[in-house]
Amino acid sequence: MEGHSNNIDLEMEMKELRQTFNSGKTKEESWRISQLKNLMSMLVEKEDQINLALKQDLGKHPVESFRDEVGPLIKSVNYALKGLKKWMSAKKADLPLAAFPASAHLVPEPLGVVLIISSWNFPFGLSFEALIGAIAAGNAAVLKPSDLAPASSSALAKLINSYLDTKAIKVIEGSSNVARVVMTAAAKNLTPVALELGGKCPAVVDSLSSSWDQKIAMKRILSAKFGTCAGQACVAIDYILVEKKFSSTLVELLKAAILSVFGENPKESNNIARIINKSHFSRLKNLLNDPMVQASIVHGGSLDEDNLFIEPTLLVDPPVKAGIMIEEIFGPLLPIITLEKIEDSIEFINSLPKALAIYAFTNNEGLKKKISSGTSSGSIVFNDAIIQYVADSLPFGGVGESGIGRYHGKFSFDMFSHEKVIARRSFLVDFWFRYPPWNDHKLHLFRSAYNFDYLGILLIMLGLKRS
Amino acid sequence: MAPGPVVDRTAQNVERVSQDLRSVYSSGKTKSVEWRVSQLKSLLRITTHYEKDILEALRSDLNKPELEAFSHEVYGVSSSCELALKELHRWMMPEKVKTSMINFPSTGEIVSEPLGVVLVISTWNYPFKLSLDPVIGAIAAGNAVVLKPSEVAPATSSLMSNLLGEYMDPSAVKVVEGGVPETTALLEQKWDKIFYTGNSKIGRIILTAAAKHLTPVVLELGGKCPVVVDSNIDLKVAARRIISGKWACNSGQTCVSPDYIVTTKEYALKLVDALSCELENFYGKDPLLSNDLSSIINSRHFDRLTKLLDDEKVSGKVVIGGQRDRDKLKIAPTVLLDVSQDSLVMNEEIFGPLLPIVTVAKIEESIGLINTKEKPLAAYMFTNDKKLKEEFIRSVSAGGMCINEIALHLAEHTLPFGGVGESGMGAYHGKFSFDAFSHKKPVLQRGFNGDVAARYPPYTPWKLKFLKAMLSGNILSILRALIGW
Repeated sequence: MEGHSNNIDLEMEMKELRQTFNSGKTKEESWRISQLKNLMSMLVEKEDQINLALKQDLGKHPVESFRDEVGPLIKSVNYALKGLKKWMSAKKADLPLAAFPASAHLVPEPLGVVLIISSWNFPFGLSFEALIGAIAAGNAAVLKPSDLAPASSSALAKLINSYLDTKAIKVIEGSSNVARVVMTAAAKNLTPVALELGGKCPAVVDSLSSSWDQKIAMKRILSAKFGTCAGQACVAIDYILVEKKFSSTLVELLKAAILSVFGENPKESNNIARIINKSHFSRLKNLLNDPMVQASIVHGGSLDEDNLFIEPTLLVDPPVKAGIMIEEIFGPLLPIITLEKIEDSIEFINSLPKALAIYAFTNNEGLKKKISSGTSSGSIVFNDAIIQYVADSLPFGGVGESGIGRYHGKFSFDMFSHEKVIARRSFLVDFWFRYPPWNDHKLHLFRSAYNFDYLGILLIMLGLKRS
Repeated sequence: MAPGPVVDRTAQNVERVSQDLRSVYSSGKTKSVEWRVSQLKSLLRITTHYEKDILEALRSDLNKPELEAFSHEVYGVSSSCELALKELHRWMMPEKVKTSMINFPSTGEIVSEPLGVVLVISTWNYPFKLSLDPVIGAIAAGNAVVLKPSEVAPATSSLMSNLLGEYMDPSAVKVVEGGVPETTALLEQKWDKIFYTGNSKIGRIILTAAAKHLTPVVLELGGKCPVVVDSNIDLKVAARRIISGKWACNSGQTCVSPDYIVTTKEYALKLVDALSCELENFYGKDPLLSNDLSSIINSRHFDRLTKLLDDEKVSGKVVIGGQRDRDKLKIAPTVLLDVSQDSLVMNEEIFGPLLPIVTVAKIEESIGLINTKEKPLAAYMFTNDKKLKEEFIRSVSAGGMCINEIALHLAEHTLPFGGVGESGMGAYHGKFSFDAFSHKKPVLQRGFNGDVAARYPPYTPWKLKFLKAMLSGNILSILRALIGW
């Protein structure tokens, strides 16, 4: 039976990975550097193969593929190579004088053998970003790419087999699990997890007066929805919040921007990715089935099931209880919700589970502060969207329903490390009052010691202060 | 068996507690600096004004000597409060970060925000400290919090419930006392974080329950903390420190206590002599009569420990101690020499006053031996051999390690305290407690100036070239791409 033999293969692979890890090979700085450099060669030499796979799975344009996957990976490998020595080094910490003479250090060490389960929308980006962290931290790793992106999954396996150390890094193909199931399974083995999930990422659009600001904002919004895997991205803008008095201007601006960026016939433009498969296409089609949702469409709405293409679609005020406003859309449908006052956006956002990101396009510093302190989300970006994904110095991750844990830059290294505390003492100098038998005198000395009252200790010991 | 009315009431009560806390949290009260400071001050007041009652409760639950109770628990909590009060403003400050050329111009910072409503499930061996230390972190980070103390230490549980009920803000800080039904009911609710201290079996149950709500957790568990004792050391000092970390810490009922010793066959007898001598200095000729030794927490654990002692695989191996008194729930400091790897005492966390010594031919073999077991919360080595020490640090994974000392790293709030693998996940103490109960939210600010057209569709070969240059960070390539070269 195939399932059974798959299990046996998996057991053997796991055994080999554990042996490799226990041999200490992956802990060596030289191994980590060589793997990262090989990963870099792979990204540079095989860019065409990667682009081809992404075109097959998602209809992605090569520039989008570079901008969103290959490019950021090149950046991340460079960042890791540059920072590795420092990340691996022990950090010194202080100990209280009462422990003198002593010293303490924090030493990062790899966790061991780690599992990376990836998604289909950025199949290379999401797998390798985590793998970079796992390798940099000195672990052996298993990669489980998504079966929904089969060309990418298969290309990934071939590339890893040719460029990386297959005794330490393996790819397992097959069907995927969802977050709660993963965490429950991890619980059996007390395995710590990072879960990078999603949510409905809102974009609050304030009434922008300058035409320059409007133009830039529209480009950024469109790019962060229709221009990024056709909205099938965890950090894509899910829906917009705008004040009633600005909403019709916003709709006109968006329509004009769609025309200018994607042309009269967006399908022919070749600049928008496809929906991943028929199942997700049906899911999106269903979101539009509700007659009240249909009635709220103000632009687009056409569906081409054979080509898995959905036109950039704008909706104004679909019912908030409709599926399109409850589930994460993950597609090129952009609802615009109108509010009496823009400040009401905070309450609206808080009525939904915590999102992976909140975006706000505004020059009003007061509004920015209100949004930042009044809501909780993985991250917040003002006047742009998705760019937090390429910022190495900012941790990338969710909170609440949008996820657990974070990565990117050094945070990737930390995620796959255990920071081990090492405290050292010498055999000289022992405070005799630490040991039983206990008496009030010793208790008094302890009180002074813990208050860092060294003079008090001295006086008590010299018999000049009564206990 | 269908749940009876008592269980239903428990579930209802707990659901109400959770809902009440959520609405108070949503009001924003717990986020204010003033509220956090007032709560921390109240906790500090409780710890200082009621010190006598706390010491009495600990004596009642664990027969804990006053000095242990004071230095490990009361002082522990009051110093955590004082540290939090002193550092809170600094901890709450956003951390500014440098942003790269790719996002130029932009500014970035990481803001700490509370997670919301959190659950702290505590344990019985340091019932006061292990309940309130996490609560201090939760409050400092601005959360509403439920504390579920251990029913196995009832006097301390009841005292904390009364004192917190009276002195803390009852709308945002609640104590739910009880046993398994109450804990089960609590775990059904959705929390924004669960902090658990205890054993790995329950740890799995907590993590499984947390998975249902995607709740992040901190699990402070245990394990078999090994002590490697090399030769050529100051044996007297080493013996004292081992005794201090084992029997003077709640009779070995401590997650970071030495669980077993590994030393060479040659050195073992010297070690046993030194331990024997210092034990007598500390506890006298008849330790069962000493007031300076905690009792075993209850008869269930007493029987568990005597079963380890009476295991036929260790008969004849007791070289120090072995005396017991079931009425007083006391077991004398006991050392066993040359136990085999398959004995009961070497296959579970002892959590009591038994200390087995495992002998090896060469001291280097201790590392391989330790690595056949799960990663412990702490690992210790007494040595003056630099090479051995470095090999130990490099090859053994543990929550924390001490060289020539026991449990020292707990004393320092600048060091994170937590496990790895079977010994746990997450860490706390000092600022790490604040961080454990916070979400670190990155905030990236851009203006409308400085736009890079290359990011947007329609996509062209020139845009690709430019993007490659930007992402490489190479100024020359960027300039070349800009000029269209």
